[in-house]
Amino acid sequence: MRRIAILAILLVSLLVWAAPLAAAPPKVGGQLPDITLTAPKDSTEKDYLGWGWGKSFKIPEIKAPYVLIEIFSMYCPYCQGEAPNVNKLYAKIQANPKLKDKIKLIGIGVGNTAFEVKTFKTKYKIPFPLFPDGDYVIHKQVGEVRTPYFIGVKINADGTTRVIHSQLGVLGDVDQFLTQFSALTDLKQEVLP
Amino acid sequence: MKNHLSRLPAAVGLAVLILFWTGGAFALSDAYKNNIYHPGLLKPVDSNLKVKVGKKAPDFTLPAINGEQVSLSQFRGKKNVVLSFVPAAWTPVCSDQWPGYNMVKDIFDDHDAILLGITVDNIPTLYSWTNQMGQLWFPVLSDFWPHGKVARTYGILRSDGVAERALFVIDKKGVIRYIDVHNINQRPALEVLVGELDKLK
Repeated sequence: MRRIAILAILLVSLLVWAAPLAAAPPKVGGQLPDITLTAPKDSTEKDYLGWGWGKSFKIPEIKAPYVLIEIFSMYCPYCQGEAPNVNKLYAKIQANPKLKDKIKLIGIGVGNTAFEVKTFKTKYKIPFPLFPDGDYVIHKQVGEVRTPYFIGVKINADGTTRVIHSQLGVLGDVDQFLTQFSALTDLKQEVLP
Repeated sequence: MKNHLSRLPAAVGLAVLILFWTGGAFALSDAYKNNIYHPGLLKPVDSNLKVKVGKKAPDFTLPAINGEQVSLSQFRGKKNVVLSFVPAAWTPVCSDQWPGYNMVKDIFDDHDAILLGITVDNIPTLYSWTNQMGQLWFPVLSDFWPHGKVARTYGILRSDGVAERALFVIDKKGVIRYIDVHNINQRPALEVLVGELDKLK
Protein backbone atom coordinates (compact mmCIF):
# COMPACT_ATOMS: atom_id res chain seq x y z
CA MET A 1 0.00 0.00 0.00
CA ARG A 2 2.76 2.34 0.98
CA ARG A 3 4.61 1.53 -2.20
CA ILE A 4 1.52 2.29 -4.22
CA ALA A 5 1.18 5.62 -2.47
CA ILE A 6 4.81 6.52 -3.12
CA LEU A 7 4.43 5.42 -6.71
CA ALA A 8 1.33 7.58 -7.06
CA ILE A 9 3.23 10.61 -5.76
CA LEU A 10 6.12 9.97 -8.09
CA LEU A 11 3.84 9.52 -11.06
CA VAL A 12 1.88 12.70 -10.42
CA SER A 13 5.07 14.68 -9.83
CA LEU A 14 6.58 13.35 -13.01
CA LEU A 15 3.51 14.22 -15.03
CA VAL A 16 3.44 17.73 -13.65
CA TRP A 17 7.14 18.41 -13.96
CA ALA A 18 7.46 16.95 -17.42
CA ALA A 19 4.87 19.34 -18.84
CA PRO A 20 6.83 22.59 -18.49
CA LEU A 21 9.89 21.19 -20.26
CA ALA A 22 10.32 23.94 -22.79
CA ALA A 23 11.19 23.73 -26.45
CA ALA A 24 14.16 25.62 -27.89
CA PRO A 25 13.60 29.05 -29.47
CA PRO A 26 12.49 28.79 -33.13
CA LYS A 27 15.44 28.26 -35.45
CA VAL A 28 15.71 29.74 -38.93
CA GLY A 29 14.93 27.00 -41.42
CA GLY A 30 12.76 25.09 -38.97
CA GLN A 31 9.01 24.82 -38.66
CA LEU A 32 6.98 27.13 -36.44
CA PRO A 33 5.58 25.34 -33.37
CA ASP A 34 1.92 24.39 -33.62
CA ILE A 35 0.50 27.55 -32.03
CA THR A 36 -3.23 27.90 -31.48
CA LEU A 37 -4.69 31.37 -31.06
CA THR A 38 -8.14 32.52 -30.00
CA ALA A 39 -9.94 34.15 -32.93
CA PRO A 40 -10.23 37.94 -32.67
CA LYS A 41 -13.72 39.36 -32.13
CA ASP A 42 -12.96 42.58 -33.92
CA SER A 43 -14.03 42.52 -37.58
CA THR A 44 -11.16 44.77 -38.70
CA GLU A 45 -8.72 42.30 -37.18
CA LYS A 46 -10.53 39.40 -38.83
CA ASP A 47 -10.32 41.16 -42.18
CA TYR A 48 -6.64 41.88 -41.62
CA LEU A 49 -5.91 38.20 -40.98
CA GLY A 50 -8.16 37.21 -43.87
CA TRP A 51 -9.79 34.84 -41.53
CA GLY A 52 -13.11 34.94 -39.73
CA TRP A 53 -14.53 31.62 -38.71
CA GLY A 54 -14.35 29.34 -35.71
CA LYS A 55 -13.23 30.12 -32.18
CA SER A 56 -9.56 29.48 -32.61
CA PHE A 57 -7.07 29.30 -35.43
CA LYS A 58 -3.51 28.44 -36.25
CA ILE A 59 -0.93 30.80 -37.69
CA PRO A 60 -0.69 29.06 -41.11
CA GLU A 61 -4.39 29.86 -41.55
CA ILE A 62 -3.56 33.56 -41.80
CA LYS A 63 -4.11 34.57 -45.42
CA ALA A 64 -0.66 35.89 -46.23
CA PRO A 65 2.60 34.33 -47.35
CA TYR A 66 4.57 35.88 -44.47
CA VAL A 67 3.77 36.54 -40.83
CA LEU A 68 5.92 38.44 -38.37
CA ILE A 69 5.15 37.47 -34.78
CA GLU A 70 6.14 39.63 -31.84
CA ILE A 71 6.40 37.76 -28.56
CA PHE A 72 5.84 40.48 -25.95
CA SER A 73 4.52 41.13 -22.47
CA MET A 74 2.59 44.11 -21.15
CA TYR A 75 4.91 43.88 -18.15
CA CYS A 76 8.12 44.16 -20.16
CA PRO A 77 9.70 47.62 -20.23
CA TYR A 78 11.50 46.99 -23.53
CA CYS A 79 8.22 45.89 -25.15
CA GLN A 80 6.59 49.07 -23.92
CA GLY A 81 9.43 51.14 -25.34
CA GLU A 82 9.40 49.20 -28.60
CA ALA A 83 5.63 49.48 -29.18
CA PRO A 84 5.73 52.75 -31.18
CA ASN A 85 8.53 51.34 -33.33
CA VAL A 86 6.54 48.20 -34.16
CA ASN A 87 3.53 50.40 -34.97
CA LYS A 88 5.81 52.27 -37.37
CA LEU A 89 6.81 49.01 -39.01
CA TYR A 90 3.14 48.09 -39.41
CA ALA A 91 2.41 51.47 -40.99
CA LYS A 92 5.32 51.03 -43.44
CA ILE A 93 4.04 47.62 -44.49
CA GLN A 94 0.46 48.84 -44.87
CA ALA A 95 1.58 51.87 -46.87
CA ASN A 96 3.42 49.70 -49.38
CA PRO A 97 0.89 48.16 -51.80
CA LYS A 98 3.37 45.43 -52.64
CA LEU A 99 3.80 44.35 -49.03
CA LYS A 100 0.37 45.16 -47.62
CA ASP A 101 -1.24 41.77 -48.19
CA LYS A 102 2.00 39.81 -48.09
CA ILE A 103 3.34 40.44 -44.59
CA LYS A 104 1.00 40.32 -41.60
CA LEU A 105 1.98 41.36 -38.12
CA ILE A 106 0.65 39.82 -34.92
CA GLY A 107 1.66 40.01 -31.26
CA ILE A 108 1.41 37.36 -28.58
CA GLY A 109 1.38 38.58 -24.97
CA VAL A 110 3.09 35.84 -23.00
CA GLY A 111 1.78 35.50 -19.46
CA ASN A 112 -0.74 38.24 -20.23
CA THR A 113 -4.45 37.89 -19.69
CA ALA A 114 -6.91 39.18 -22.32
CA PHE A 115 -7.41 42.27 -20.14
CA GLU A 116 -3.67 42.90 -19.96
CA VAL A 117 -3.23 42.52 -23.71
CA LYS A 118 -6.13 44.91 -24.29
CA THR A 119 -4.57 47.40 -21.85
CA PHE A 120 -1.31 47.24 -23.81
CA LYS A 121 -3.13 47.62 -27.13
CA THR A 122 -5.11 50.65 -25.95
CA LYS A 123 -2.14 52.31 -24.27
CA TYR A 124 0.09 52.15 -27.33
CA LYS A 125 -2.70 52.34 -29.96
CA ILE A 126 -1.53 49.13 -31.56
CA PRO A 127 -3.32 48.64 -34.88
CA PHE A 128 -2.51 44.97 -35.49
CA PRO A 129 -4.00 41.96 -33.67
CA LEU A 130 -2.62 40.96 -30.26
CA PHE A 131 -3.37 37.66 -28.59
CA PRO A 132 -3.16 36.64 -24.93
CA ASP A 133 -1.13 33.67 -23.71
CA GLY A 134 -2.17 33.89 -20.08
CA ASP A 135 -1.02 30.42 -19.10
CA TYR A 136 2.34 30.56 -20.93
CA VAL A 137 1.44 27.68 -23.27
CA ILE A 138 2.78 29.47 -26.35
CA HIS A 139 5.69 30.88 -24.37
CA LYS A 140 6.81 27.32 -23.66
CA GLN A 141 6.28 26.35 -27.32
CA VAL A 142 8.66 29.10 -28.42
CA GLY A 143 11.37 28.17 -25.95
CA GLU A 144 10.54 30.63 -23.14
CA VAL A 145 12.32 33.45 -24.94
CA ARG A 146 12.92 36.80 -23.30
CA THR A 147 10.79 39.64 -24.61
CA PRO A 148 10.45 41.21 -27.06
CA TYR A 149 11.24 38.42 -29.50
CA PHE A 150 10.44 38.49 -33.21
CA ILE A 151 9.75 35.45 -35.36
CA GLY A 152 9.33 35.75 -39.12
CA VAL A 153 7.54 32.86 -40.81
CA LYS A 154 6.87 31.85 -44.38
CA ILE A 155 3.55 30.13 -44.82
CA ASN A 156 3.65 27.60 -47.60
CA ALA A 157 0.65 26.77 -49.79
CA ASP A 158 0.36 23.34 -48.18
CA GLY A 159 0.02 24.85 -44.71
CA THR A 160 3.56 24.05 -43.58
CA THR A 161 5.76 26.82 -42.26
CA ARG A 162 9.38 27.81 -42.39
CA VAL A 163 10.99 30.16 -39.89
CA ILE A 164 12.91 32.81 -41.84
CA HIS A 165 13.80 35.15 -39.00
CA SER A 166 14.31 34.69 -35.26
CA GLN A 167 15.42 37.65 -33.18
CA LEU A 168 15.70 38.54 -29.51
CA GLY A 169 15.36 42.19 -28.65
CA VAL A 170 14.17 45.34 -30.35
CA LEU A 171 13.95 45.86 -34.12
CA GLY A 172 16.07 48.98 -34.37
CA ASP A 173 15.60 51.12 -37.47
CA VAL A 174 12.38 49.87 -39.07
CA ASP A 175 13.35 50.81 -42.65
CA GLN A 176 16.52 48.82 -42.30
CA PHE A 177 14.67 45.97 -40.66
CA LEU A 178 12.03 45.87 -43.38
CA THR A 179 14.68 45.83 -46.11
CA GLN A 180 16.54 43.01 -44.37
CA PHE A 181 13.36 41.09 -43.66
CA SER A 182 12.12 41.45 -47.23
CA ALA A 183 15.45 40.13 -48.46
CA LEU A 184 14.63 36.89 -46.67
CA THR A 185 11.37 36.58 -48.57
CA ASP A 186 10.36 36.08 -52.18
CA LEU A 187 9.09 39.64 -52.04
CA LYS A 188 12.54 41.18 -52.22
CA GLN A 189 12.25 42.11 -55.87
CA GLU A 190 9.10 44.01 -55.12
CA VAL A 191 10.49 46.00 -52.24
CA LEU A 192 13.74 47.21 -53.68
CA PRO A 193 13.41 50.32 -55.83
CA MET B 1 -3.66 -2.74 6.56
CA LYS B 2 -5.60 -0.11 8.44
CA ASN B 3 -2.36 1.56 9.31
CA HIS B 4 -1.26 1.59 5.68
CA LEU B 5 -4.59 2.88 4.52
CA SER B 6 -4.36 5.76 6.93
CA ARG B 7 -1.29 6.95 5.05
CA LEU B 8 -3.14 7.16 1.77
CA PRO B 9 -4.89 10.49 2.39
CA ALA B 10 -1.52 12.00 3.33
CA ALA B 11 0.03 10.62 0.17
CA VAL B 12 -2.78 11.96 -1.97
CA GLY B 13 -2.52 15.26 -0.15
CA LEU B 14 1.17 15.46 -0.90
CA ALA B 15 0.56 14.62 -4.54
CA VAL B 16 -2.06 17.37 -4.79
CA LEU B 17 0.30 19.79 -3.05
CA ILE B 18 3.00 19.02 -5.58
CA LEU B 19 0.45 19.48 -8.33
CA PHE B 20 -0.49 22.96 -7.17
CA TRP B 21 3.02 23.90 -6.25
CA THR B 22 3.91 24.28 -9.90
CA GLY B 23 2.98 27.14 -12.13
CA GLY B 24 6.01 29.33 -11.58
CA ALA B 25 5.90 30.33 -15.20
CA PHE B 26 7.11 33.79 -16.11
CA ALA B 27 8.30 35.77 -19.09
CA LEU B 28 11.36 37.96 -18.77
CA SER B 29 11.96 41.26 -20.42
CA ASP B 30 15.15 41.55 -22.43
CA ALA B 31 15.72 44.75 -20.43
CA TYR B 32 17.32 42.67 -17.69
CA LYS B 33 19.59 40.65 -20.01
CA ASN B 34 21.10 37.85 -17.93
CA ASN B 35 21.00 39.71 -14.64
CA ILE B 36 18.02 37.93 -13.14
CA TYR B 37 18.58 35.39 -10.40
CA HIS B 38 16.30 32.37 -10.61
CA PRO B 39 15.32 31.16 -7.17
CA GLY B 40 13.37 28.23 -8.60
CA LEU B 41 9.91 27.29 -7.48
CA LEU B 42 9.10 28.51 -3.97
CA LYS B 43 6.47 27.65 -1.40
CA PRO B 44 3.48 29.71 -2.59
CA VAL B 45 2.87 31.46 0.75
CA ASP B 46 5.15 31.29 3.78
CA SER B 47 3.77 33.67 6.42
CA ASN B 48 0.71 34.38 8.55
CA LEU B 49 -1.28 37.47 7.69
CA LYS B 50 -1.76 39.84 10.65
CA VAL B 51 -4.13 42.37 9.10
CA LYS B 52 -7.74 42.11 7.96
CA VAL B 53 -10.04 43.59 5.37
CA GLY B 54 -12.26 46.19 7.06
CA LYS B 55 -9.61 47.10 9.65
CA LYS B 56 -7.27 50.09 9.73
CA ALA B 57 -4.00 49.54 7.89
CA PRO B 58 -1.01 49.85 10.24
CA ASP B 59 0.83 53.08 9.54
CA PHE B 60 4.49 53.09 8.57
CA THR B 61 7.22 55.41 7.37
CA LEU B 62 9.84 54.11 4.96
CA PRO B 63 12.65 55.66 2.93
CA ALA B 64 12.07 55.97 -0.81
CA ILE B 65 14.69 55.68 -3.53
CA ASN B 66 14.52 59.42 -4.17
CA GLY B 67 15.61 60.12 -0.59
CA GLU B 68 12.17 61.07 0.75
CA GLN B 69 10.46 59.48 3.72
CA VAL B 70 7.01 58.22 2.79
CA SER B 71 4.28 57.50 5.34
CA LEU B 72 1.05 55.68 4.68
CA SER B 73 -0.82 58.25 6.79
CA GLN B 74 0.20 61.13 4.53
CA PHE B 75 -2.37 59.90 1.98
CA ARG B 76 -5.21 59.76 4.54
CA GLY B 77 -8.21 61.68 3.23
CA LYS B 78 -6.41 62.36 -0.05
CA LYS B 79 -5.70 59.18 -2.00
CA ASN B 80 -6.56 55.53 -2.08
CA VAL B 81 -3.36 53.55 -1.65
CA VAL B 82 -2.23 50.32 -3.27
CA LEU B 83 0.67 48.66 -1.49
CA SER B 84 2.55 46.30 -3.76
CA PHE B 85 5.01 44.19 -1.82
CA VAL B 86 7.28 42.07 -3.99
CA PRO B 87 9.75 39.53 -2.64
CA ALA B 88 13.08 40.69 -3.98
CA ALA B 89 14.88 42.79 -6.54
CA TRP B 90 16.49 40.99 -9.48
CA THR B 91 14.14 38.02 -9.42
CA PRO B 92 11.94 36.89 -12.31
CA VAL B 93 8.31 37.65 -11.52
CA CYS B 94 9.01 40.80 -9.50
CA SER B 95 11.05 42.34 -12.29
CA ASP B 96 7.94 42.35 -14.46
CA GLN B 97 5.22 43.32 -12.05
CA TRP B 98 6.03 47.00 -11.47
CA PRO B 99 6.78 47.84 -15.12
CA GLY B 100 3.21 46.69 -15.79
CA TYR B 101 1.84 49.05 -13.14
CA ASN B 102 4.13 51.75 -14.48
CA MET B 103 2.30 51.57 -17.82
CA VAL B 104 -1.14 52.06 -16.31
CA LYS B 105 -0.73 55.27 -14.28
CA ASP B 106 -3.98 56.45 -15.87
CA ILE B 107 -5.89 53.54 -14.28
CA PHE B 108 -4.53 54.49 -10.85
CA ASP B 109 -5.30 58.17 -11.53
CA ASP B 110 -8.86 57.31 -12.58
CA HIS B 111 -9.34 55.64 -9.22
CA ASP B 112 -7.68 58.45 -7.28
CA ALA B 113 -5.07 55.96 -6.14
CA ILE B 114 -1.36 56.03 -5.48
CA LEU B 115 0.85 52.99 -5.71
CA LEU B 116 3.62 52.31 -3.22
CA GLY B 117 6.09 49.61 -4.26
CA ILE B 118 7.86 47.96 -1.35
CA THR B 119 10.56 45.31 -0.95
CA VAL B 120 12.93 44.40 1.88
CA ASP B 121 15.95 45.24 -0.30
CA ASN B 122 18.20 48.17 0.56
CA ILE B 123 18.06 51.46 -1.35
CA PRO B 124 21.15 50.97 -3.60
CA THR B 125 19.85 47.59 -4.77
CA LEU B 126 16.37 48.99 -5.40
CA TYR B 127 17.89 51.93 -7.24
CA SER B 128 19.91 49.77 -9.64
CA TRP B 129 17.07 47.35 -10.20
CA THR B 130 14.27 49.84 -10.80
CA ASN B 131 16.53 51.79 -13.17
CA GLN B 132 16.05 48.89 -15.60
CA MET B 133 12.30 49.52 -15.57
CA GLY B 134 12.45 53.02 -17.02
CA GLN B 135 11.06 56.06 -15.22
CA LEU B 136 8.65 54.93 -12.51
CA TRP B 137 5.81 57.28 -11.59
CA PHE B 138 5.27 55.77 -8.12
CA PRO B 139 7.51 55.73 -5.02
CA VAL B 140 9.59 52.64 -4.36
CA LEU B 141 10.17 52.09 -0.66
CA SER B 142 12.79 50.10 1.19
CA ASP B 143 11.68 47.96 4.13
CA PHE B 144 15.29 46.96 4.69
CA TRP B 145 15.99 48.20 8.22
CA PRO B 146 14.88 47.19 10.77
CA HIS B 147 14.70 44.29 8.42
CA GLY B 148 11.21 43.71 6.99
CA LYS B 149 9.56 45.58 9.86
CA VAL B 150 6.56 46.68 7.83
CA ALA B 151 6.20 43.30 6.13
CA ARG B 152 6.31 41.67 9.57
CA THR B 153 3.67 44.09 10.92
CA TYR B 154 1.36 43.13 8.06
CA GLY B 155 2.23 39.46 8.51
CA ILE B 156 3.77 38.90 5.11
CA LEU B 157 7.43 38.37 5.99
CA ARG B 158 8.47 34.92 4.84
CA SER B 159 10.66 32.64 6.90
CA ASP B 160 13.68 33.40 4.68
CA GLY B 161 13.36 37.16 5.28
CA VAL B 162 11.78 38.30 2.00
CA ALA B 163 8.26 39.65 1.67
CA GLU B 164 5.37 37.88 0.04
CA ARG B 165 4.07 39.02 -3.32
CA ALA B 166 1.15 40.86 -1.76
CA LEU B 167 -1.29 43.59 -2.71
CA PHE B 168 -3.23 45.73 -0.25
CA VAL B 169 -5.87 48.20 -1.31
CA ILE B 170 -6.38 50.87 1.34
CA ASP B 171 -9.11 53.50 1.03
CA LYS B 172 -8.88 57.20 1.87
CA LYS B 173 -9.98 56.50 5.43
CA GLY B 174 -6.99 54.22 5.88
CA VAL B 175 -9.15 51.09 5.93
CA ILE B 176 -7.94 47.93 4.19
CA ARG B 177 -10.43 47.02 1.46
CA TYR B 178 -8.64 44.19 -0.31
CA ILE B 179 -5.76 41.82 0.42
CA ASP B 180 -4.10 39.45 -2.00
CA VAL B 181 -1.20 37.47 -0.59
CA HIS B 182 -0.44 35.93 -3.94
CA ASN B 183 1.35 32.74 -4.85
CA ILE B 184 4.93 34.09 -4.82
CA ASN B 185 5.68 32.26 -8.09
CA GLN B 186 2.99 34.03 -10.06
CA ARG B 187 2.06 37.54 -10.99
CA PRO B 188 -1.43 38.75 -10.00
CA ALA B 189 -3.62 39.58 -13.00
CA LEU B 190 -4.14 43.29 -13.51
CA GLU B 191 -7.92 43.04 -13.97
CA VAL B 192 -8.39 41.72 -10.43
CA LEU B 193 -6.69 44.77 -8.93
CA VAL B 194 -8.59 47.09 -11.26
CA GLY B 195 -11.84 45.39 -10.22
CA GLU B 196 -11.02 46.05 -6.56
CA LEU B 197 -10.20 49.69 -7.29
CA ASP B 198 -13.54 49.97 -9.11
CA LYS B 199 -15.28 49.00 -5.88
CA LEU B 200 -13.86 52.10 -4.16
CA LYS B 201 -15.64 54.43 -6.55
